[in-house]
Amino acid sequence: MGHSPSVSGSLRNRLVLSLIGGAAILAVLLFFVVRNYAAQVAQQGQDNILRASVTSILDAAAIREGEVEVDIPYAAFSMLGTASDDRIFHAIYQDARFLSGYPYLPMAAGRGRESTFATVSHQGEAVRVVTASRVLIADGKRTNVRVALAQTQDALSGQLEQISKNAALLGAGFFVLAILLSFWATSATIGQLKRLTDAVTRRGPQDLSPFQKPVPSEMLPLVTSLNSLMGRLDQSLGQSEDFIAEAAHRVRTPLATVRSYAEATLQRLDKEENRQDMRSMMRAIDESSRAAVQLLDHAMITFRSDHLERQDIDLAQLVDELVVRLTPIAEMKDLTLHYESDGPVPYSGDPILIQNAVRNLLDNALKYAPIEGTVTIAVSATPQVVINVCDSGKGFPDGELETLTSRFKRGANAEGTIGSGLGLTIAMDVASAHGGVLKLSNQPEGGACAQLLF
Amino acid sequence: MRTTLVLIFLLLPVLALAQDWEDRRVFGNPEAETQLRIISSTDTSLFAPVIERYLGDNTDLSVEYLVTGTSDIYTIFRENPEAFDVVISSAMDLQIKIANDGFARPLSNVSHPEWAQWRSSLFAFTSEPAAIVINRAAFAGQAIPGTRQELIEALRARPEMFRGRVGTYDVRQSGLGYLFATQDARASETYWRLMEVMGALDVRLYCCSGDMIDDLSDGTIAVAYNVLGSYATARVDSRETLQIILPSDFPTTMMRTAMVSRAAPHPERADAFVRHLIALQSSADGGVLPLPPIDAQVNDPDGATIVLEPALMTFLDALTRKKFLAEWEDAVIQK
Ligand SMILES: Nc1ncnc2c1ncn2[C@@H]1O[C@H](COP(=O)(O)OP(=O)(O)OP(=O)(O)O)[C@@H](O)[C@H]1O
Ligand SMILES: [Mg+2]
Repeated sequence: MGHSPSVSGSLRNRLVLSLIGGAAILAVLLFFVVRNYAAQVAQQGQDNILRASVTSILDAAAIREGEVEVDIPYAAFSMLGTASDDRIFHAIYQDARFLSGYPYLPMAAGRGRESTFATVSHQGEAVRVVTASRVLIADGKRTNVRVALAQTQDALSGQLEQISKNAALLGAGFFVLAILLSFWATSATIGQLKRLTDAVTRRGPQDLSPFQKPVPSEMLPLVTSLNSLMGRLDQSLGQSEDFIAEAAHRVRTPLATVRSYAEATLQRLDKEENRQDMRSMMRAIDESSRAAVQLLDHAMITFRSDHLERQDIDLAQLVDELVVRLTPIAEMKDLTLHYESDGPVPYSGDPILIQNAVRNLLDNALKYAPIEGTVTIAVSATPQVVINVCDSGKGFPDGELETLTSRFKRGANAEGTIGSGLGLTIAMDVASAHGGVLKLSNQPEGGACAQLLF
Repeated sequence: MRTTLVLIFLLLPVLALAQDWEDRRVFGNPEAETQLRIISSTDTSLFAPVIERYLGDNTDLSVEYLVTGTSDIYTIFRENPEAFDVVISSAMDLQIKIANDGFARPLSNVSHPEWAQWRSSLFAFTSEPAAIVINRAAFAGQAIPGTRQELIEALRARPEMFRGRVGTYDVRQSGLGYLFATQDARASETYWRLMEVMGALDVRLYCCSGDMIDDLSDGTIAVAYNVLGSYATARVDSRETLQIILPSDFPTTMMRTAMVSRAAPHPERADAFVRHLIALQSSADGGVLPLPPIDAQVNDPDGATIVLEPALMTFLDALTRKKFLAEWEDAVIQK
């Protein structure tokens, strides 16, 4: 029964992990993209100021009396002021000749008025340097004035640090959100599976009808195979039930014939040992036909349980009729059938099934209770619909209470009595088909009690 | 031959340091193991109280205080940054350039207003306006000029009175003079007209405020332009004779700055000294420092205080300086 299939991983974990992993990769990507972009923008800001500054210096260059004159505007350096007090360096060249500023300041390559930018190292610090030049013409001679202007990047790196911090926060926030979303998405997805599982679990043991409720398209193949599996199961179960019923039926009639022949033969036998043999033979025939009857009943019960048709009945009346019917048999055994009921007990169920169950219980009471005993049959509606069959015999054999309802299981006290071990199974199946239970117990003052609780 | 070479080689640094100082004084215990070297443009008399107060708490220390002009400080210090611990100068532009070129050592966690420091390595600790100082005798019975324009008019009105008796900084020599001149020129064209008028009156050119005040006191000159008012105020003896005028059009104001040399022989001591200086100027007992502290002008509505920013280096560029000096000479030195 408890054979659980081996587990290989968890769909939920796999889903959560892949979603979280994806989110982590995305978060890291987001961090770098945002930071890179912001760094570019920040660098652009510095470059723009450097360009404006270098342009204003170049604009202040002029040639007077054949000499290059540069009157650096105060604003050119002033606009380079930053919160971090960045250092600034400049160099002015006329053609290849150094004029003023810092002679070792590296220049960015490039020609023409277009400003070119580069990040270089100067005085052991990384600086952003812009280089631009301008052609001055005096007395028909062309002179190229070239200006390099550099600024350290303290303010920029401060800004970058702030940006990185914010980008990291953004990434982390995104990640946390993604985790929450992935948990939600996972449980929503797994929820569908769980719902199907619940639907399977909730089914009665006999319910093999196909699933009709809509399922997500991805689960459709699973449900379809499940349905077809159950269909085949139902069919083969039905076939085997049919087969058993058919077989029992086919065996019963010839058995009856054989028994009548055996009885007739017994009359004619004189030798005691031959008679003995013949009796054993008759007994075996009885066993077989009892088994056939019970098997037939059991098959009938299984079939009716599958397609249970409830109708309103009065249990009191139903049991009363049974008791009346069995009274002659009881009297033959000197047994008293004591029937108790307090008025009608309305119930909605299959009367044939219930009759069958109660008849089996009564049958047991008659079979296993001693001669001259009393069998008490009680039907009541409160607090629960219940049918009680108690006898005054020795009770169910000790230690076997749990197992007696199994198929073909007979107790230790069953020796010598004819039976197949299906009676209690039938009673239990009928009870559970109606959503009830069969309860077996021994009375403290002796005697077995079987209860059908609906 | 060889030994003399070695000797010269050994003595070279000493020779290089064998400088003509305007003043040189050793404070505290001369036997002390550590000697803090301060190179400064501030007169010893004005700065002595600060050093003495510091030595009061640090008895294991002596301080060598070396005074020279602002331009000299710039050259001397840059040549031998490892010979000095602290650099103090009134030429904000030169100081900024020293710091910009990486000769200053940043101090961490100094509580000082943002505008009064640069790169946590250059710290302003005084606020001193450039003044017009006059000898009262020369203006007896005359209106006292309150602005540059009024000064121009006063000079023009009595050229015979002022010929050869006006003085100002020789901006070619004095770093502070150059700073004042360039900032004045930035602020207004009046500066150039004033220089032309003074030039026409055979202006006398000075290296330093002290000399100008000396000549004012004994009547050699009658008017000095762009003198440090704080120096004149500090001269108790000449209070009667001199009058200090802060031009009401725009009183160009300089902040004296201090920094620790990056190559300082005693960086921790130098650090502590600069902190002491900053603490002293902002403390209630400002009496110790005979110079006006920066707090006096926290709210500077005129914007007359020279901003401690790298733009100060503009006029230090060789080409720009050359052009400025040419213009200045045109105006001042008239042949
Ligand atoms: N009233 C009872 N008193 C004592 N033992 C009982 C009683 N009812 C049932 N049993 C025990 O429970 C066993 C199972 O009963 P069950 O009705 O299923 O089978 P059976 O009576 O042996 O065969 P049959 O299929 O013909 O009824 C019996 O063999 C017997 O040992
Ligand atoms: Mg039975």
